[in-house]
Amino acid sequence: MIEIKDLVKNFPGRRVIDGISAEIRDGELFSVIGPSGTGKSTFIKCLIRLLRPESGQIIVDGQDIASTSSEFTLAKVRRSFGYLFQEGALFDSLTVLENVAFGLKYLTDIPKSDYPRIVREKLALVGLKDVEHLKPAELSVGMKKRVSLARSIAAEPKYMLYDEPTTGLDPVTTGMVKELIIDMRSKLNITSIVVTHDLNLALEISSRVAMLYGGKFVEVGEPAQFRQSENHEVKEFMEISHLSRK
Amino acid sequence: MKFSFTEKVGHEFMNLAEALGGAALMLKSVAFWLFRSKFEASETIKQSVKIGVDSFTVTALTSFFTGMVLSLQMGQSTKNLFNEPLYVGTMVAFSMLKELGPVLTSIVVAGRAGAVVTAEIGTMQVTEQIDALYTLGTNPTRYLLVPRYLAFLITLPLLTVFADFIGVMGGCIVGVVKLGVPSSVYFDDIFTYLEMGDFMHGFLKTYVFAFMIATVSCYKGLNTKGGAEGVGKSTTEAVVVSMVLVMVLDYFISALLVAVGI
Repeated sequence: MIEIKDLVKNFPGRRVIDGISAEIRDGELFSVIGPSGTGKSTFIKCLIRLLRPESGQIIVDGQDIASTSSEFTLAKVRRSFGYLFQEGALFDSLTVLENVAFGLKYLTDIPKSDYPRIVREKLALVGLKDVEHLKPAELSVGMKKRVSLARSIAAEPKYMLYDEPTTGLDPVTTGMVKELIIDMRSKLNITSIVVTHDLNLALEISSRVAMLYGGKFVEVGEPAQFRQSENHEVKEFMEISHLSRK
Repeated sequence: MKFSFTEKVGHEFMNLAEALGGAALMLKSVAFWLFRSKFEASETIKQSVKIGVDSFTVTALTSFFTGMVLSLQMGQSTKNLFNEPLYVGTMVAFSMLKELGPVLTSIVVAGRAGAVVTAEIGTMQVTEQIDALYTLGTNPTRYLLVPRYLAFLITLPLLTVFADFIGVMGGCIVGVVKLGVPSSVYFDDIFTYLEMGDFMHGFLKTYVFAFMIATVSCYKGLNTKGGAEGVGKSTTEAVVVSMVLVMVLDYFISALLVAVGI
């Protein structure tokens, strides 16, 4: 379980996260929505301590990582996370096989001889085959995202963070990524946190949805409850997204 | 918004202090991971090839022609003064081994390999590949910086030794062909007057230059912001700062080595 208590994050001259508290339960799919530039990516980067918050607590399975300076503590906690970056963040100089096997080398004790088999399995899980020898530059945007997802789940994390998983994708690939996120949760029982500005996606796949606005969660609830929210920002965001409240 | 002169100066000082502090923290991290992590042999070899082997041709050409022009100028000057070219080998070897070999090689490496390192790390920074390293259980210092530091420290001194030799040979060719100095006289002049300390004077400098170029290139790469434009800006800054620092440090290290008798 991840507990977030009074989380604050500033950037020079402005407060991006202003005292967020939330609880992400094991096995759930928690989505954070909000317009671009509201600090959604900042929020999940804080969760894995890619960004250091000014104050507050982030308790992952009983371990507070918000203020620790210990590289070893952070490395240990990060082992439980997989992270799908907005643009994939695949290593340009490595092949698909080397990219997907990267985490296996540093996060597990699996023998090197097993890497090709595991990589093929994970690539199959995201619907790819015979791409192991290709470099990221030779892949389409959708393929990059799927390879990145395969890399994130290779070491079988307990938590999976998705940063704008469908941004820049065509409708077909968006649907595919959506199915993958649902599959990861149902097949591998991964606790998932998705940040997106795609309200439709969030309401379709999540067990709970939170709306980030002005540095705070202005509404948190199950999709059905979220649709009925009387909160002004939620109503406005739903109207902009052309979504019915029913 | 208009800033006064003092505000601008203050701002520049703050930037400098921030850069020095950031570089110091980066060095602390490099020292920490250098001794606490598994040696990344394949990455170090890969970087050594990129930094050292790939810089060999341009280093060889630079030092060869520098040796040639030194020989020509020295020979011509002594010919004008004494009616024959004197001590050409001595002067070429002294100049190459103590100054031009290490300085020119460092400038070539700063311009070629330093730029590659900054651009590569800078691109990784702006495309979140550095963040991805953290999420995959690796510290970027361990995976990116330590192998590059080692590669610079291994290859730059070796390249300098090659540059010294090639420069002296270039000088010999001009001495024999253009100035009519027998090769036996040319090399005799070198071995009579040159001591091991003269070679060490230039050789030791290269370690300081290698460390400095690695620090500037890696720091600029890691602090790249603003997409492709930012990568270009960081790369240019890294090359300019490294080249200027090679010249500045050269004087101070030379003065120090002379003071301690090397």
